[in-house]
Amino acid sequence: MDTALNIAQGVSVAAQPAIEIAHLRKAFGSNVVLRDFNLTVQNGENVVVMGKSGIGKTILIKCIIGLIKPDGGTLRVLGKDISTLNHRDLDELRMRIGFVFQSSALYDSMTVRENLEFPLRRDRRNKISGNIEDHVREALRNVGLENAIDLMPSELSGGMRKRIGIARGLILNPEIVLYDEPTTGLDPITSEEITHLILELQKKYKTTSIIITHDIDLARETANRIVFLTNGIAYMQGTYDELMNTTDPEIKHFFKR
Amino acid sequence: MATSQDTKTVFSKALDEFFYGMAELAGFSVNVFKEGIKPPYEFKEVLNQCYEIGIKSFVLVGVTAFILGLVLVMQSRPTMIEFGAGSYLPAMSSISIVREIGPLVTALICAGKIGSGISAELGSMKVTEQIDAMEVSGTNPFKYLVATRILATTLMIPILTVYADFISLIGALTGSNIKDDVNVHFYFNRVFEALHYTDVIPSFTKTFFFGFTIGLVGCTKGYNSKKGTEGVGKAANVSVVVSMVGVIIIDMVVTQITSMLGYL
Repeated sequence: MDTALNIAQGVSVAAQPAIEIAHLRKAFGSNVVLRDFNLTVQNGENVVVMGKSGIGKTILIKCIIGLIKPDGGTLRVLGKDISTLNHRDLDELRMRIGFVFQSSALYDSMTVRENLEFPLRRDRRNKISGNIEDHVREALRNVGLENAIDLMPSELSGGMRKRIGIARGLILNPEIVLYDEPTTGLDPITSEEITHLILELQKKYKTTSIIITHDIDLARETANRIVFLTNGIAYMQGTYDELMNTTDPEIKHFFKR
Repeated sequence: MATSQDTKTVFSKALDEFFYGMAELAGFSVNVFKEGIKPPYEFKEVLNQCYEIGIKSFVLVGVTAFILGLVLVMQSRPTMIEFGAGSYLPAMSSISIVREIGPLVTALICAGKIGSGISAELGSMKVTEQIDAMEVSGTNPFKYLVATRILATTLMIPILTVYADFISLIGALTGSNIKDDVNVHFYFNRVFEALHYTDVIPSFTKTFFFGFTIGLVGCTKGYNSKKGTEGVGKAANVSVVVSMVGVIIIDMVVTQITSMLGYL
């Protein structure tokens, strides 16, 4: 793409990228969502994917974690080709990836404690050392909600649910974290708190992240690189300032300048 | 997302939906066996579901069974006495309860309570992405949510039926004692004299199929529910109707087989 900037800054480039996506294609019937999507995310990099609603951003991260099977292209995550993995290997790979859902997707029949214990108890790698209770409490301390440990999800506010969702996504110390619109539906103050929380946790655990968002403040604060998705392709990539200063009409329209 | 190919009608809309539903159930039951036999086994979740599905239904099943036993005797007594067969009331009630009323009523109550519950629970988990969350945690949701629930219903419906039979017989004894004075020892002697293994085994065996059907239909409809909360409600509704019809069809088939084998 002529307009693509393809600039990644401030990132230590390791030998193998965390995520490599080449010519990814996904369609639902005649609706082609991802046409020829290409993206490489280096280890430790925070990539924000932006674009209009319904353009396929969530589909993209669901393909990355293997919840949706792409129609074509290659998708390598932590050096493994997702399409060639059997169920067991895919489950093991998924334990190295955290996923924060837009709706938080907390198990509503379980308490906050049980929600956080669930991934720990299901982890077959025996990577987590020590007491499960200690890990749960640490995860809750990280998000500032230690007192909510025995509450049910129905007793939590929207912001609290997002925080618990983030705590659950990070509880297995994943190498990659995929955030699906982490600030959608929150007031500006809570959005800012979630943004700072994401930054703190990224610094603390040195994760690679892909953040799907419409929140321009979140993108500015967290992104090493922003990818603008439209018409099924990575239409433009660059730093926040590069995208803000571009003359491309579509990007200008999106950022309302 | 629907395409023109997706909506193409082969026979008629209703027939297509029927065949699609049957194929969906068949595919689900194959997967249950395929996933259920593969380790790791979810014993803890099976026990949890046995408690949720079985133990929590004891009061409802017990109360219904007691009333049915009582009403059965109160309704039958005048006719039996008119034909001079009043002393056969315990035998009649035991055979009716153990062969048919106990298994069928237990299954129908459970289709309503458990089938709709499973369907609504899985449906809401689906639309709120909880099933996806489970999958990204490295857990096979089909094995954890579906196989465990189907195994639990298959194990618990027979236990609930035996319990319902017993409570219903007590209801029948109570009904007998409203107008007559029937000794408990005498009553249960007559009950067990009347019952043969040919009454008990087929009726007990069919309850496993009832349980499997209720679990299978509830899970299939819930797991495949679409279109948000409206879809969840529809899935719960369809699940009750389909599992009730399924139970009655299985009952008819088992009765036919029992008859062909000369046990009726």
